[in-house]
Amino acid sequence: MQQMNAQRPDRIKRDPAPSRAAYRIHRLWLTPLFRALLRVGLPSFTVIMLIGLYVSDAENRERMNNIAREFRAAIETRDEFMVKLMAIDGATVPVAADIREVLSQDFPVSSFDLDLEAMKAQVETLDAVKSAQLRIQSGGVLQILVMERIPAIVWRNNQGTVLLDAAGVLVGPVETRMDRADLPLVAGEGAQDHIPEALDLLQAAAPIMDRVKGLVRIGERRWDIVLDRNQRILLPADDPILAMARIITLDDAQDMLARDLSVVDMRLGYRPTIRLQHDAADGLRRIRVSEIGVTQE
Amino acid sequence: MTDLYGMQRAMRNMRKAAMQRGVIAILDIGTSKIACLILRFDGPERFREQEGIGSMAGQSSFRVIGAATTRSRGVKFGEIATMGETERAIRTAVQAAQKMANQRVDHVIACLSGARPRSYGLDGVVELHENTVTEHDIARVLAACDVPDYGDGREILHAQPVNFALDHRTGLADPRGQMGNQLATDMHMVTVDANVIQDLLYCLKRCDLELAGLASSAYVAGVSSLVEDEQELGSACIDMGGGATGVSIFIKKHMIYTDSVRLGGDSVTSDISMGLQVPMAVAERIKTFYGGVVATGMDDREMIDIGGDTGDWEHDRRRVSRAELIGIMRPRVEEILEEVRSRLDAAGFDHLPSQQIVLTGGASQIPGLDGLASKILGQQVRLGRPLRVQGLPQAATGPAFAGSVGLSLFAAHPQDEWWDFDIPMDKYSGRSLKRALKWFKDNW
Repeated sequence: MQQMNAQRPDRIKRDPAPSRAAYRIHRLWLTPLFRALLRVGLPSFTVIMLIGLYVSDAENRERMNNIAREFRAAIETRDEFMVKLMAIDGATVPVAADIREVLSQDFPVSSFDLDLEAMKAQVETLDAVKSAQLRIQSGGVLQILVMERIPAIVWRNNQGTVLLDAAGVLVGPVETRMDRADLPLVAGEGAQDHIPEALDLLQAAAPIMDRVKGLVRIGERRWDIVLDRNQRILLPADDPILAMARIITLDDAQDMLARDLSVVDMRLGYRPTIRLQHDAADGLRRIRVSEIGVTQE
Repeated sequence: MTDLYGMQRAMRNMRKAAMQRGVIAILDIGTSKIACLILRFDGPERFREQEGIGSMAGQSSFRVIGAATTRSRGVKFGEIATMGETERAIRTAVQAAQKMANQRVDHVIACLSGARPRSYGLDGVVELHENTVTEHDIARVLAACDVPDYGDGREILHAQPVNFALDHRTGLADPRGQMGNQLATDMHMVTVDANVIQDLLYCLKRCDLELAGLASSAYVAGVSSLVEDEQELGSACIDMGGGATGVSIFIKKHMIYTDSVRLGGDSVTSDISMGLQVPMAVAERIKTFYGGVVATGMDDREMIDIGGDTGDWEHDRRRVSRAELIGIMRPRVEEILEEVRSRLDAAGFDHLPSQQIVLTGGASQIPGLDGLASKILGQQVRLGRPLRVQGLPQAATGPAFAGSVGLSLFAAHPQDEWWDFDIPMDKYSGRSLKRALKWFKDNW
């Protein structure tokens, strides 16, 4: 039998009693651990698993790498990042040519591909370069600021003649000593390690500078000052500056170096010794003999 | 005896576990509605201490975080009659409350309104070994109570010590540490039908809930709707529910008697249904909208459409006057109150110093009931509403929720019962000692 009127206004709605399963699921859902697991654990597990599945395929990995590489290249080759030319400041022309040769960099190149640290190290391997600063300036210019080594002395050794700076570091070769007549000359093994001392000695010898021909390192231990007229000053290993000052004083007082000496030996500080020239010694003997009245035939 | 201890102890442990977790559910399975409250215990009372006012019944230590009510199904006279229906109704209420609380509950405290409660007064006397009363002595005197033969198929629901006497001094609430020679106690024991409890347990188990406590609804309604001095001086709480009316008598803050009348608001509804030839649902609606127990001249003129959907014009357009409705309701309400009167008389209520009567429960909302009740029950009658507790929705503060609120208070502060004290050693049977020895032999 059907109801006469289907829509009864005061019909009492039945309680929406949950089924046993719905009730249990609701209770399970209200369990904090389960809830955390479902809300955080399951999505993260799914995402990680999907990513893992995708990545585990070598082809996919390759494709992703390609995409990343292309993307990177697209950014790197943008005009803003390209370096088009190199400017070298503070270097003489041959040194600048050397730097260009050492770097051997083709332009244009992306600034991401330039390893400035390595390039700086490379530039500083050149003897003539004391230090270098590299920076990429706007407009795509690689600016290299070079501090060159200033040659302070000429060193003549077994191989030839080279230039050294004030610290004794090699600056470069030189053809002949006369090419750099303005610089003092040192010679001898081990001289390059004591260039500051040599420069100090030369400064102390400033009053007789016009007569100094050069310094010789003897036995990798001490200095000799070579003067013109075959004269030679032998300096001690310890405190040669003081010894030099004494010689300058003697020279001032007694015109010592102007006399016919061949060697002034200052190696023993308490007993400076001079040696006469061979002719001078002969002449002296002759004078002595004539004084005592002996005629030599 | 030991069996009883075991079951009640298990429930107490369950309650302790629930307290530790901080969430417990209250389930009031009534004949007309099933209410579920979810309580959160935040620890000891934090806010009231500074103000200097402690809570009376510990109602500030918890907060109601979920509340749901649903129409009860399959419950008759406060007892489960159709398990499946009741189980579904419980599920509805619990799920809605859980949804509101956004928290899952596993432990539930329930109350029984029917199940034919029966009160017993017990007393026990022991001589003290030493002169001061210790906890052990209290356990001993409780164990010395002479348990009457309450019959097969009954379970002890409550067994509360209500009074202690030390030598000639009586009325002690807590005799521990006092000096004396002889300790006596009075105990109030309530038994109910065991199969009702079994049904309830089965239903809760089907809902994946664990029972953490069980109380008589008349008792918990009294706890929530009697004020402190009424509980102290002596009063009766009449909890007029749908299918059963509970009676509980309190004095000195202890329940000393409880009973239940198997009549209630549903009896009134069924009278209306039969008298006016309308379905129960319509009768319930007419009762709540137009019901009353005192007719006046005005009521003769107020006509009520009772409707119908048979399709017969004459039948569907019937009208009755409100006086007629009252004429149907009043005899039934009077009958309920007379029945309550006889229960109170049987309990010796007129010997109490104060004879305050508090009407609560859903059926106590009939207009004019207090006037009628004072004619039948005595002069000191008032309508009671449950205590206010934190977080309870406005819709659940009416007298119909006296049982639920009382059960919350019971959950927060249960009364000491028999099984809360240790069983004295001499009551253990020798068998358990033998079992312990056997265990040692087996394991060492």
